[in-house]
Amino acid sequence: MTEVEYHPKHELIREERFPHVWCPGCGLGIELQCYLNALEKSGIPQNNHVLVSGIGCTARIPGYANLDTYHTTHGRGLPFATGMKIANPDLKVTVISGDGDLFNIGGNHFIHAARRNMDLLVICSNNFNYGMTGGQHGSTTPLTSKSASTPYGNIEPTFNLPYIASALGASYVARWTVMHPRQLTKSIRTAMDVKGFAFIEVLSPCPPNFGKFNGFKDGFEEMEFYRKSSVVQNDAKLEDISIDPFHGKDIVLGDFVNRKRASYITLEHELIDRIRGGGQ
Amino acid sequence: MNFLPPGKYFADGNFALTEGAIHAGCRFFAGYPITPSSEVLERMSIRLPEIGGHFIEMEDEIASMAAILGASNGGSKSMTATSGPGFSLMQENIGLGVITETPTVVLDEMRGGPSTGIPTRVGQGDVMQTRWGSHGDLAPITYAPNSVQESFDLEIEAFNAAETYRQPVIVASDQVVGHLTEILEVKNMEDYHIVQRETRKTRNGNEGVYDYSRDFTPMFAAGTGFRGNVDSLTHDERGYPSNESSVEKEMLEHLLNKVRKNEDKIVKYEEFLVEDSKLVVVAYGITSRSVKRAVKEARKEGLKVGMFRPITLWPFPEKRIRQLAEQSKEFIVPEINYGQYSHSVREYSQTETKEMHFPPGAVPDYRVILKEIERCLK
Repeated sequence: MTEVEYHPKHELIREERFPHVWCPGCGLGIELQCYLNALEKSGIPQNNHVLVSGIGCTARIPGYANLDTYHTTHGRGLPFATGMKIANPDLKVTVISGDGDLFNIGGNHFIHAARRNMDLLVICSNNFNYGMTGGQHGSTTPLTSKSASTPYGNIEPTFNLPYIASALGASYVARWTVMHPRQLTKSIRTAMDVKGFAFIEVLSPCPPNFGKFNGFKDGFEEMEFYRKSSVVQNDAKLEDISIDPFHGKDIVLGDFVNRKRASYITLEHELIDRIRGGGQ
Repeated sequence: MNFLPPGKYFADGNFALTEGAIHAGCRFFAGYPITPSSEVLERMSIRLPEIGGHFIEMEDEIASMAAILGASNGGSKSMTATSGPGFSLMQENIGLGVITETPTVVLDEMRGGPSTGIPTRVGQGDVMQTRWGSHGDLAPITYAPNSVQESFDLEIEAFNAAETYRQPVIVASDQVVGHLTEILEVKNMEDYHIVQRETRKTRNGNEGVYDYSRDFTPMFAAGTGFRGNVDSLTHDERGYPSNESSVEKEMLEHLLNKVRKNEDKIVKYEEFLVEDSKLVVVAYGITSRSVKRAVKEARKEGLKVGMFRPITLWPFPEKRIRQLAEQSKEFIVPEINYGQYSHSVREYSQTETKEMHFPPGAVPDYRVILKEIERCLK
């Protein structure tokens, strides 16, 4: 037996911060691992990678990465990252946050960042509820499912995140689960090269909250349910892929969109060159 | 044009605030249109691309405040401009700037309130919001210009204070000063003291993101290899979150003391005929200009009255107010609100302090203030 002296990713993580805050059966450790694997393969120097988040369980991911990391206020990771990217376009800025952070409190910022085609990679882990505050429902909670604040079942329709991102003009759109780590890593790696707004939704279990409220005995059972309910369909019609697994509907995964569209930073630099070069 | 060339200009306050910021090194502006500060945003949209800076109109004031903090951490001196309703929306992220020690400048051009109030007319109802607006303890720095010249000069000073004390600094102007047109004199660039940002790039051993044993530690700019964690949670010197009361104590006392210990360097005020005065009128911003006239008229009648004008609303000019309280039996505090700064004057002076309430929408009439001076001294 050989003794392990270092964590295999010790260059990329802050070892002194472990163990992490997440619950047993949570998918966020896998998500961090996938991000770091993609980062290693990206060819972009580690110093240029920056992680920004809002508030929530997912928003704690940056704190474990050995990068310049920014844990901001609830819902405001995207505008913070927008300012940082514009100020220093050499940075590869990734916003990694939860569904509640990015689409409930921060929804307005999401639609505008995507519309601008801002040069940011956004990884949204969707666990169908507010995990950190004890499992209340949000805009991604599936219909009829239970949560700490929908004890009689949720009556609100959900957001279809890839459909929203695509409709707003994002350059890249994908959806995976933490039970698809290879596909997810590849997707993050691809998205790191995208000019403009890249969006990846990652379904992730929340065993003590959403899982418990909806009859899953542990994280593994919840993950297994998502895996079995999933089909990969890269050319899916995005308007049809809202998530409704408790009524027999498949969860559609895939790399849905990868298109060239002028990005904000490209257009801003063209504007500055024109103003400074041509005079007025 | 890079910098506004030296010379005399006939300009308004919003022009002066914008050009002052550019002189101070502002290269990033994020904002959302709002009366009466929109001219700052508009001029920034012309000026910043000219000098290779960055301008972005955000989706709201919450985003604007977040963006200028992001830009500052990305290495740019940054600012936003707003008024009452927008300033309310910025409060949470002003706190983010405080706890992460991020320098930036927030211009709040006060108008009538509460709520939408009177958007196009003057008010001074945000004074306490610049002090207590964001939750938790903080030691704010707020400048209140009363002229076009001061709008230019104090904007530079606000940027310098933001860089020195590493926190968001507020410039609380008002609708009248912003839209007032008068003489602005701009000196040669080399005659201005501009605090340049010093940043740390690489990290030595266990060097922290912060050092709570020192008042000032240079920040790091993203992407230079420092690999630090910047956190809205209470954090230790490493930048790592903590739930410990002892860490909160260490961090918070550092955040407060770096300003409190240096109050003498930060506090600015103007005095007018206070040497022998038995009554002192305390006024800031546009109200001080009515007060000055009232004091001049009262002096013609032989009344011993003077004016004390805080230029920094916060930190409160405590020492000087206490001294003035020894010589004068009473203070009068006219404000375009229903009693805000008067509370602090009363608290610090522990002297009879009469409030004068003026509703938002108009500059106080000097004759009303004069009558009050006469009533007190005759």
